[in-house]
Amino acid sequence: MVVTITLNGKKVEALVKPDTLLIDFVRDHGCYSVKRGCETSNCGLCTVFVNDKPVLSCSMLVARVNGCKVDTLEGLQKEAEEFGAFIADQGAEQCGFCNPGMIMNAIALFRENPDPSDEEIKEYLAGNLCRCSGYEGQMRGIKAFLEYKKNGGSR
Amino acid sequence: MLEIKEYVKAESLEQAFELNQKRTNQIIGGMLWMKMGDHRIQTAIDLSGLGLDTIEEDETQFSIGCMTSLRQLELHEGLNRWSDGAVRESVRHIVGVQFRNLATVGGSLFGRFGFSDVLTCFLAMDAYVELYHNGILPLADFLNLPRDNDVLIRLIVKKTPGKCVYLSQRNTKTDFPLLTCAVCLDKKGTRVAVGARPQKAMLLIVSEEQTEEIRKNGADAAAKIADELAAQIPTQDNMRASAAYRTHLAKVLIRRALLTVTEEVQ
Amino acid sequence: MKAVNQPIRKKDAMALVTGKPVFMDDLVPKDCLIVKLLRSPHANAIIKEINKAAAEKVPGIEAIYTWEDVPQQRFTTAGQTYPEATPYDRLILDQHVRFVGDPVAIIAGEDEACVEKAMRLIKVKYEVLPAILDFHVAKDNEILIHPEDNWRSLCPVGADNKRNLCATARSEEGDVDGVMAECDTIVEHTYHTVADQQAMMETFRTYCSIDAYGRLNIFSSTQIVFHVRRIVSNALGIPKSQIRVSKPRVGGGFGAKQTAVSEVYPAFVTWMTKKPSKIIFTREESQIASSPRHEMEVHVKVGAMKDGTIRAIDMYTLSNTGAYGEHGPTTVGLSGHKSIPLYAKAEAFRFDYDVVYTNVMSAGAYRGYGATQGQFALESAVNELAQKLHIDPVKLREINMVREGDIMPAYYGEPNNSCALDRCLKRAADMIGWKEKFPCRDMGNGKVRSVGMAMSMQGSGISNVDVGSATIKLNEDGSYLLSIGAADMGTGCDTTLAQVAAECLECNTDKIAVSGADTDTSPYDSGSYASSTAYITGKAVEKTALQLIEEIRATAAQMLECGVEDTRFEGDHVSCVSTGKSVTTAEIGVHSMCANNHALQVTESHYSPTSPPPFMVGMAEVEIDKETGELELIDYVAVVDCGTPLNPNLARVQVEGGLGQGIGMALYENVQYTDYGRMMNNSLMQYKIPARVDLCKLRVEFESSYEQSGPFGAKSIGEIVINTPSPALAHAVANATGIWVRELPITPEKIAMGTPEE
Repeated sequence: MVVTITLNGKKVEALVKPDTLLIDFVRDHGCYSVKRGCETSNCGLCTVFVNDKPVLSCSMLVARVNGCKVDTLEGLQKEAEEFGAFIADQGAEQCGFCNPGMIMNAIALFRENPDPSDEEIKEYLAGNLCRCSGYEGQMRGIKAFLEYKKNGGSR
Repeated sequence: MLEIKEYVKAESLEQAFELNQKRTNQIIGGMLWMKMGDHRIQTAIDLSGLGLDTIEEDETQFSIGCMTSLRQLELHEGLNRWSDGAVRESVRHIVGVQFRNLATVGGSLFGRFGFSDVLTCFLAMDAYVELYHNGILPLADFLNLPRDNDVLIRLIVKKTPGKCVYLSQRNTKTDFPLLTCAVCLDKKGTRVAVGARPQKAMLLIVSEEQTEEIRKNGADAAAKIADELAAQIPTQDNMRASAAYRTHLAKVLIRRALLTVTEEVQ
Repeated sequence: MKAVNQPIRKKDAMALVTGKPVFMDDLVPKDCLIVKLLRSPHANAIIKEINKAAAEKVPGIEAIYTWEDVPQQRFTTAGQTYPEATPYDRLILDQHVRFVGDPVAIIAGEDEACVEKAMRLIKVKYEVLPAILDFHVAKDNEILIHPEDNWRSLCPVGADNKRNLCATARSEEGDVDGVMAECDTIVEHTYHTVADQQAMMETFRTYCSIDAYGRLNIFSSTQIVFHVRRIVSNALGIPKSQIRVSKPRVGGGFGAKQTAVSEVYPAFVTWMTKKPSKIIFTREESQIASSPRHEMEVHVKVGAMKDGTIRAIDMYTLSNTGAYGEHGPTTVGLSGHKSIPLYAKAEAFRFDYDVVYTNVMSAGAYRGYGATQGQFALESAVNELAQKLHIDPVKLREINMVREGDIMPAYYGEPNNSCALDRCLKRAADMIGWKEKFPCRDMGNGKVRSVGMAMSMQGSGISNVDVGSATIKLNEDGSYLLSIGAADMGTGCDTTLAQVAAECLECNTDKIAVSGADTDTSPYDSGSYASSTAYITGKAVEKTALQLIEEIRATAAQMLECGVEDTRFEGDHVSCVSTGKSVTTAEIGVHSMCANNHALQVTESHYSPTSPPPFMVGMAEVEIDKETGELELIDYVAVVDCGTPLNPNLARVQVEGGLGQGIGMALYENVQYTDYGRMMNNSLMQYKIPARVDLCKLRVEFESSYEQSGPFGAKSIGEIVINTPSPALAHAVANATGIWVRELPITPEKIAMGTPEE
């Protein structure tokens, strides 16, 4: 079947199988930031936006998102650089495999709630697993970023 | 692996029901469960084009479409105000926000899974499911029916007065529950639902007299009634916990829930 | 210091946070054979017949291999220095399958769909044998896991396949029994740690191809490029000169990838077909057929006097290595040799062990590598001793802990040259408020809060074994290229080693490009494990840089027409002291490209006769609901002596990450099997690792000693960080409830249903 997806702002028309998963579709279209970490929808590595909502691309049929807007980190490079710099300043990116999914979900959090408490940050990102960092460095980076944003984007 | 030969976005409930009568066809909800096994499906039927992803509230009830996400349940102000946060509490441990953006009410209920927080929570309420073929049934009755090829259209929750509370116990904060417990005050007493035993949720009723006793005598009465109820709840061992621990938890959680719903609002 | 001990951003940080395609499956050509493995459903069986006729006919299938198609000489997949201590007990595919998940057939085809289809069509007839699933009954059991005659053990580790023994030994000092008899108080218990999975986010994966020279190129998510070369050479029976192994960005390892879990299969396919192939383990495969921590049962007996002096320690470890012996003979040693030395002042110790084969998944290397298990036992026993003696556990450590200057008989007789353990203990106790909180406080709402503690040590590389090397060359623009064989798996060693080089070369780390582990282009390095990279490879980098400076000075001397002794290296230039003339390193670089016979490239190797232990103290505060048994983490403090932290940010994150894993191990991670031997925790749904909502704030500080033999005083940090949570949390639970949990994990059920001990 043919689907039309607006992927990172560009209209993509493609022939797909009915059971093609969104994660495989986006990776086949050059979005390598989207990672597969499990088969049971637990790790959050594959997080993308569908119509601006964070979802697990491993658990969606691309057929279902026909006509939708899909965004991956490839389409959010400016935001990723801006926020990611704060993670990098902590050394918290470590192996980096969980980063794209975590950063996508963090961007979703910031858009929904620009001034979250620590608890709200942890709960929103609960579905993004990380095995390297113990999450502390990511929290420091997130809070430093939020502080920077509150100061109008200056450190 | 998930293999699907054909994908259809249903244009009507009738079409969805007709297609679903074939054994090799499947309705896809959030697809989270379906994706995990080896499933070979002839036609996958998607209900996401039928506007069934809303929560409608009026003075007497909530009408929750089957494609409503668990995240919508979590964030709905009216539903959580009426349920004293019980609905939010029942879903907020489930994996993560992205997962809950996909998981649907219909998917959570139709499977009648043992571990289901959602099922336990609504079972304690005056809740009904609307099925395409079999019409409107109390959730408690639907719970005990075998899986068939009907289509679950919506969940209806009547706004009964009285407090609700949802409790659960987990080994980690985002894990399956070892036991779930939802308690709602009703006009005719108190409804107690206990699930993840690991079997699916079951409903017990605490009479008006017993409820009054708890109001009067507090912790001791609650403990006695909780112990009696727990004795009626079969539990089993599984890889997460033993039957004995689950029975112990049932006593504790039921007691605490009963006390919470009967305490006078200051 | 300008570069070392600075919180410099990792060189690959921005690529990682912007999601650039730098991991294996982002980089390899899409057009290659997909390799998958059909796995045994039985814990112990002989394959009687495999019918692959129907499977081979599936369109797109390239080849299906079974035990009859592979070489017959046994090898090990353990990443260790040759000759490996691990027995050579594996074949690529074996007629005898030894655990549920053991590979039965290799299927290669043009895409995943045809390979999955073919897999379903392979018909296998097994003769199912009785299996040993309980490691207590493995030794000298009639049922032999490895009855084969071509099993071999290269080193005298006490391995005996006819007894299901992978290793056995005893070491002792002094008269343990005699001293025990004189002790006022004895604590004697058995502690049981279960297998845990590293559960790194990137599963095992390997891509293979044939290069222009007809050589096998292996591009793998690995920690051990040089060992993989040997392993594949042994497995395929081809010369090492025909193999090249390299690695991209690796999505986590923690020791899992110190075993060649995935490499031999696509290597075999590509060598046979001469076509590129890749295998990507599913999470399920990474859970059921990987290289988890060894299950160990540690029997500890500690003898002490009324005044708290610990005089004797007697320890016996029974370790479960599973179906194959990777890291079996070596992990067990640390359970005693990296726990007992914490109490080096004790007059006598004895440490024996047995490592047994069973029909469960083969264990491997996981951060801590046996020290974790041993310290759970010993620190728990010492905490119990404190309770029995009515002495504060912190005070008991003060009385007995190893101090700087002590000789450590149980640690190969090494001297403890750099040790701030005493300062770590004091600082941790201050940070958590030990005095006010020990042992517990009733919160008045049915909950109690309590504290618990543990000390820890580890090593820095394997003494007299591990080799680290570095090559540094000067480029024509005055910048440098550092080539290493150590493997950055997220730890940031590409950056920290550049910091060492930059410190020596008096330049900015930006001036040092790093070329990662590649057996063709890297100098030899044992690999990144055993906490060796900072201490061993770091020292090699230092030696290399200092030698390169000499070479640079020699060329500069020529250019400046003065004696070498008259030159001074000053970072970006070399000056002649007497004339004041100078040349920049860029000019020197350019000079070396024309009519030059003096290479400005140096390679140095390093090993150490000692393995200076890092030390740390971990303390936990918990809140326990005594009715449900639910444990809430309130606070965790860790104070670490890793010598000089090469990069304070990265050192801190190592600690926080290790604590996270340690907490998971302590409280819920568990590898469980059915009665049939099927591993049940086959997903991240059934094997829960800590999510951020599971952890409290982790507070980390450093109390640094200075290790003379390490680069700029550095020791190591990679493994020690996982060790404290299990004993510290068990201690906190005991202080809250009187229940000593001696078998991990410490679940709410064990707390709610446990019996308090007097």
